[in-house]
Amino acid sequence: MARATSRTRIAVSTAAAWIVGLAIFFPILWMVLASFKTELDAFAIPPKFLFFDWTLENYGVVQKRSDYVLHAYNSIVIAGGATLIALLIAIPAAWAMAFAPTKRTRGTLLWMLSTKMMPPVGVLVPMYLFFRDVGLLDTRAGLIGVLCLGNLPIVIWMLFTYFKEVPKDILEAARMDGATLAKELIFVLAPMSVPGIASTLLLNFILAWNEAFWTLNLSSADAAPLTVFIASYSSPEGLFWAKLSAASTLAIAPILVLGWLSQRQLVRGLTFGAVK
Amino acid sequence: MATRQTQILGRSVTAPSVLLLLAWSLAPLAATIYFSFTYYNLLNPASGQFVGIDNYSYFLTDPAFLASLKNTLVLVGSVLVITVVLGTLVAVLMNQPVIGLNIVRLMVIAPFFVMPTVSALVWKNLLMHPVSGLFAWIANSLGLHPIDWFANAPMLAVILIVAWQWLPFATLILLTALQSLDGEQLEAAEMDGAGPFSTFFYITLAHLARPITVVILIETIFLLSVFAEIFVTTGGGPGLATTNIAFLIYSQALIQYDVGGASAGGIVAVILANIVATFLVRLVGKNLEA
Repeated sequence: MARATSRTRIAVSTAAAWIVGLAIFFPILWMVLASFKTELDAFAIPPKFLFFDWTLENYGVVQKRSDYVLHAYNSIVIAGGATLIALLIAIPAAWAMAFAPTKRTRGTLLWMLSTKMMPPVGVLVPMYLFFRDVGLLDTRAGLIGVLCLGNLPIVIWMLFTYFKEVPKDILEAARMDGATLAKELIFVLAPMSVPGIASTLLLNFILAWNEAFWTLNLSSADAAPLTVFIASYSSPEGLFWAKLSAASTLAIAPILVLGWLSQRQLVRGLTFGAVK
Repeated sequence: MATRQTQILGRSVTAPSVLLLLAWSLAPLAATIYFSFTYYNLLNPASGQFVGIDNYSYFLTDPAFLASLKNTLVLVGSVLVITVVLGTLVAVLMNQPVIGLNIVRLMVIAPFFVMPTVSALVWKNLLMHPVSGLFAWIANSLGLHPIDWFANAPMLAVILIVAWQWLPFATLILLTALQSLDGEQLEAAEMDGAGPFSTFFYITLAHLARPITVVILIETIFLLSVFAEIFVTTGGGPGLATTNIAFLIYSQALIQYDVGGASAGGIVAVILANIVATFLVRLVGKNLEA
């Protein structure tokens, strides 16, 4: 009896969960399908779900007409550069705060967190003027700098929570065995921190890839990453759905894969350890 | 406690982060405050004189400010309600025995990783287009009149797009929290004859109170700054219908070139965000001690 009810229960909850999951995922699926349609089919009423002439044409056109590769390259350089630089700055700081905390550490950490809460629009004007005056508008270097600083608090926080979990006993044991600080860092701490650092890298790369305030306001053409490139499809409405879909699919596919890999860290990274 | 030597070392390796963040958080803000007290228009060379609080009184009494403040509150409030209510339900559903849960989970979180410009344009064109969008087709098939979303219900359209982007975040956090809920407690409640509804309200929801607070605070911080979705779909219109504070300040600065006015608006936005941030920082700080 109990087994029967639990079977029905599993069937019901499975069906419900799949319906909900598919509904939430549907816009993405619909977009990917549209990217393989001709423009006419993408626009067709009634909509064509699976039975249409599948074509790869849009992907070719997107590249030819709009230089997709340049913008993808910009996204990679900007998101990658910003994240790597932030990591280089943050690793020593997070390490020090986790392993040699002082009275001020807690206050420092919370203050760092609070800088992330400043709405970017509050400093849009001076940042824009500064970028204009020093010639950083529409440059990759400028965007790397801004996104690096913008994500630095999250990077430090995530690293801090990971470093905190490295068991102190092991470090002490290494010290007892006469390991110098350098050796302790390289042979004990580094290997144990790799997973945490990798997760931090992944999540912040995703955040920087999708950042769409500074990129929209501070770049237009040469340094424009994919967020800005996609936004350029907002004006010619109607006839470019399949191409918009192809460009969008290319823009989100790599990040979707990375995102799925880092879903566990998402909770931790974005709640600053407030939910575990 | 660390030795004196490691403390000095610790401080010197923390310094770059602290100094950079200090510069990043203070210098532009100081400039914004300075500009907010001057007459400064990019199109007018005779700019730069001190005008006291004129920019503030202009910005705060501008009907556009009240409209955008209202829009901001409507947008943030609606998205919060939708994501927290649906997020809780979806999280509870995903906490049941489900076959293929990993795939369901992937589908549910996916929207969070879609860049804002993509989700906005896909929703606007492929789904919400009044003639060829999928929603219009569904409405027609059901014999209803399709909605011209961006003409007749522009704010609702923006709310739906943003809620779709943030639903995964709420769901994922609430699911993580649910998984830490003690199974024995639930069983005990069932043994004591508690029905599914009272179990949900008195145990599950009580357990979720704190994570829900975290979701609300973090989402609020980000939702106050919603920009790209409005930028690519409505441009703040029609009229001021979808102009939130972030978009109003942007258009004042980079479309009307009124640096002084936009700066005053920026300070208002900073103050609003700070009110929320204070609560969040306090909450996280408590957790840090534990």
